Amino acid sequence: MSPLSLRKGLFREGTSMIEIRSLRKEYITKKSRVVGVDDVSLTIQKGEIFGIVGYSGAGKSSLIRSINLLERPTKGQVIIDGVDLTKLSGKALRKQRLKIGMIFQHFSLISSKTVFDNVAFALKAAHQSPEAIRKRVLELLEMVGLSDKKDVYPAQLSGGQKQRVGIARALANNPTVLLCDEATSALDPTTTKAILQLLKKINKEFGITIVLITHEMEVVKELCHRVAVMQDGRIIEEGDVYGVFAQPKQALTKQFIESVLDFELPSHLIRESKGSIIKIQFEGQLASEAVLSDLLQEHPVKANILHGKIEYIQNIPLGILIVELTGNTNDIQAALDYINKRTSYVEVIHHA
Amino acid sequence: MLESITAILPDLNKAFLETVYMVGISLAIALILGLPLGVLLFITAKNLFFENTFINSLLGFIVNLVRSIPYIILLVALLPFTKLITGTTIGPIAASVSLSVAAIPFFARIVETSLREIDKGIIEAAIAVGASPWMIIKDVLLAEAKPGIIQGLTLTTISLIGFSAMAGTIGGGGIGDLAIRFGYYRYDNTVMILTIIVLICLVQIIQIIGDKLSYLVDKR
Repeated sequence: MSPLSLRKGLFREGTSMIEIRSLRKEYITKKSRVVGVDDVSLTIQKGEIFGIVGYSGAGKSSLIRSINLLERPTKGQVIIDGVDLTKLSGKALRKQRLKIGMIFQHFSLISSKTVFDNVAFALKAAHQSPEAIRKRVLELLEMVGLSDKKDVYPAQLSGGQKQRVGIARALANNPTVLLCDEATSALDPTTTKAILQLLKKINKEFGITIVLITHEMEVVKELCHRVAVMQDGRIIEEGDVYGVFAQPKQALTKQFIESVLDFELPSHLIRESKGSIIKIQFEGQLASEAVLSDLLQEHPVKANILHGKIEYIQNIPLGILIVELTGNTNDIQAALDYINKRTSYVEVIHHA
Repeated sequence: MLESITAILPDLNKAFLETVYMVGISLAIALILGLPLGVLLFITAKNLFFENTFINSLLGFIVNLVRSIPYIILLVALLPFTKLITGTTIGPIAASVSLSVAAIPFFARIVETSLREIDKGIIEAAIAVGASPWMIIKDVLLAEAKPGIIQGLTLTTISLIGFSAMAGTIGGGGIGDLAIRFGYYRYDNTVMILTIIVLICLVQIIQIIGDKLSYLVDKR
């Protein structure tokens, strides 16, 4: 089975939720004109979790903030669920924004209001009745696990709890889209995991399309279906998360992937090696097949495992194994050919 | 000594009430007009949701104009205006006119400064949620700046007490007037010291109440 076919059913493919067309954002400062987003076009499907990665200054923040028009694009269109937001302003735009939830790196809660009132604020913006507001707020707090904190002020909450309030506020009006602006970057790893789990649950249960920007590839690996890599205001690579992890094309993408998948061998190991050191990558079902033991039975070479790891991306295994092969040159070559046939990727790191 | 104090007490009492009257009226007007003015100055500034350079510069100019006139001169310059509004130029009500004119821009600037201290992210989150400008002003701006605004109100009150002494000298009445009439013109040191003590106590009490209130509403 191909990695992609395993993933089908997670979201309905083919119905686009967000369409960004030739979006450009320029900032005019006193001295110069800075291009934040440079002609980006992007289609995000209904029910999809879409990640945008890049270093700070790559333009990912400008891009996500253009989606709900927190920043008005200099050029281009943003079409959400068939409505071109760039044509709207005032009341009509506010009405559309009710359908787009957003959470922030620093949570951005109203510090003078209780948890209850912070969530209620979003419902008040949608002109709900007080009884409806009360019912919905309690329901939302229950969902994010903060029912007991409803009368507490944000200052008394931990970072993870604040972000949960942020999520409750963002989901208050049953949005179709949730934008996450570095939502876990200010949280510790354990809390990050918990928030990611919550986002995953929200995506599954309510079918909300999630767009997130992050500089942590770990977040993409954990959560996203598709990913785009941004550099200097442009999208330089885009694709299915598994595909991008297994076969990154751009140097920057490789650099990001390495932050999750890389393992360095101690240099003395390479120096002292008498055989060939190879890196084998197994994708999908291949990762769970006994390629290596088959190899040793069919070829008169010795294999010494130096390093290995299997990552599960969207529940599909991606295995990487670093092996030292020793034996005579012909046998090693034959063994390499064999591995090449059976696996998706082999790289010789060091030749004897 | 004791006799002269008891003799002055009715006068002091009357002067005290006049001061409270003058300061109270002008403080109320500063709050009613200065608060919206401060909010307007803030939300029409660059990169905010009511960005309007023309209104912002115009209001900023007027505020600076009034604030650049020393109070004692403003007081005299406004006498025709005071006469037009109150029908007189004497008494605490007449004095309230120029006190209010001085207090409105003073308080407005303090409000504007308090609003500027609000984390921009919170305002942005409110915009993202689809809130109307009025909701943002009421539930975000004023709610978040409440501690700063209360501090500003305290500061305005204390400045007004100072100004009211000047207003007193040209017929406004109040504690300042008393101090000048008895302490300065009649060389009555007892009255002079007494008024100073009253003023010190008044200012201290106002500051303590202001600090307390500001602390109570501060949930940060």
